Amino acid sequence: MTLTHTDTAYTVATPTVRKTGPNRTRRGLTKALRRLPVWILVAVLMIVVLYPQVWMVLGSFKTQSEFLSNPALSLPETWNFDNYVTALTNGNVARNWLNSVLVTIPSVLLIVFIGVAAGYALEVMIWKGRNGVLLYILAGIMVPGQMILVPLFITYFRIGITDTLWPLIITYTVMGLPLTTFLMATYFRSVPREIFEAATVDGSGPLRSFFVIGIPMMKNSIITVALVQFFSVWNDLLIALTFTTRPDLATIQVGLLSLSDEYGSTQYGPLFAAVSINIVVLLILFLTLNKKIMAGMAGGALKG
Amino acid sequence: MNSIFGDRKTIFILLAPALVLYTLLKVVPVGWSLGLSFFEGNSLRGFEWVGVQNFTTFFTDPAALQSMWVSVFFAIVATALQVALGYALALLYVFVLRKGSTLVRTLVFFPTVLPTVAVAMLFRSFVAVGENQGPINDIINFFGGESVEVLASTVGTMTTAIAMTLWSSMGFYAVLLYAGLLDIPEEVIESARLDGANGFKLVRHIVVPLSLPILLSSIIFSLNATLKVFDSLLALNGGGPGTSTAPMTLYMYRTAFEYAEYGYGSTIAVILTALCLVFTLAIFRSSRRKAEV
Repeated sequence: MTLTHTDTAYTVATPTVRKTGPNRTRRGLTKALRRLPVWILVAVLMIVVLYPQVWMVLGSFKTQSEFLSNPALSLPETWNFDNYVTALTNGNVARNWLNSVLVTIPSVLLIVFIGVAAGYALEVMIWKGRNGVLLYILAGIMVPGQMILVPLFITYFRIGITDTLWPLIITYTVMGLPLTTFLMATYFRSVPREIFEAATVDGSGPLRSFFVIGIPMMKNSIITVALVQFFSVWNDLLIALTFTTRPDLATIQVGLLSLSDEYGSTQYGPLFAAVSINIVVLLILFLTLNKKIMAGMAGGALKG
Repeated sequence: MNSIFGDRKTIFILLAPALVLYTLLKVVPVGWSLGLSFFEGNSLRGFEWVGVQNFTTFFTDPAALQSMWVSVFFAIVATALQVALGYALALLYVFVLRKGSTLVRTLVFFPTVLPTVAVAMLFRSFVAVGENQGPINDIINFFGGESVEVLASTVGTMTTAIAMTLWSSMGFYAVLLYAGLLDIPEEVIESARLDGANGFKLVRHIVVPLSLPILLSSIIFSLNATLKVFDSLLALNGGGPGTSTAPMTLYMYRTAFEYAEYGYGSTIAVILTALCLVFTLAIFRSSRRKAEV
């Protein structure tokens, strides 16, 4: 340990001795040269990540004739929004967006509200068997969605709700619950118990404490969990494809899938526009909340 | 105090909605599916008890075996590549870019939040050939090569699917592993450096062993996610050409909902679930054995 100490002291001391003009610039230059491979690497990485998206968005402004005559790498000749108009009017994209919003918002609200309440009951409340119940709910994270599709399909058909968006909302809520409950229980664990106990001393019942202290204290975690659930519901294809029986109930992902069959080899512009709307809207959402989204997704993966 | 936090009415009010929904719509259907796997038919035609016949059919059905092979192959290759690439990126963030990595981290992560269907459309156009061909074939033509119809072959489709998965998930695994690398105490790395460990040696002997737990979690998470691959292969090429790149999820979906074979569809779902469990347990056990040595 002593050796280490002197070593660091030595390296720290050297630069101050050598701080002369020309030497310093040469050092700066060699340092920049040594960083060069890193910058090239980062540049390549950026091109790989960004280029396909930029290419898609640029393509959404091209006309059909530009697609056929100009090379794929060229820029659009003029910036026209005709493709967006076509996509929104012909391709049902507007209807699909509305459906996605109508499904995603209630699902996420239900998942979060029910999940937070369950997390509180499992972590803050004290009762026998709560660990067992948490484990029981946790087991649901492992089960693939395919396992529950057929029984749910039969049930929804029997009770006659297949002509509505309810099958989607209900299924998403159930699929999102295990992870949300588990994450919320972990988040409640990190809140000092004294806070809830102090509220009790002040005469607040446990249910009141949940609404007045539990939910406000968890505001940040709730937003993080809600964002993770938002993306998983918004981006889902399997559930939406299984339970949307009519085209006018299709969500954006199902719409996009059928759009490609419809336009596939004929109209590239509207297809590119439909995909670009997705990229741009999610990009705006992502850039405003990126830290919470990244933290939430990583946390969900590690605990899940 | 404890009696207040043990109030049964409150516990019931808060927990009942979650527990009832979860039990009725997840646990019961899982059991139901398990039961259905021993039947043949659908709700219109009626069900007929066939015992384990669905399972024996599965292992003699070429399409089913092909789909299992696709799922397992995709899971192993995609997991190996995306965790390796994510780890390389995480090392880049922590040791090379250091504090300046925020922007790169954010930009590389972004494709993760894009819908898989949109990403599949993007990659499909990217490798397209014909009247409106994508940049890939433009580049091949520029160097004097003939245009390649990538999605017409199994290998081409699979390669595109894996490239696409890597493109959209490497940033996610990078952030996941980055968080793990940040947890390694600075002093440990510093003292290893002073002991003469540098570059690859430092990573191999100090960084990897210390980030092993998070690496294993990533592998388990990735295997579970990629075994269930559905959207990307369906949206990219419909599981084609033919059904050569249709994973189990897609085969199950088609069997159950396009051919209305609920019983056999459930059997495929049961085998998929079992596969997820086996993979997870295998990784767990191998990690424990390593820890003991």
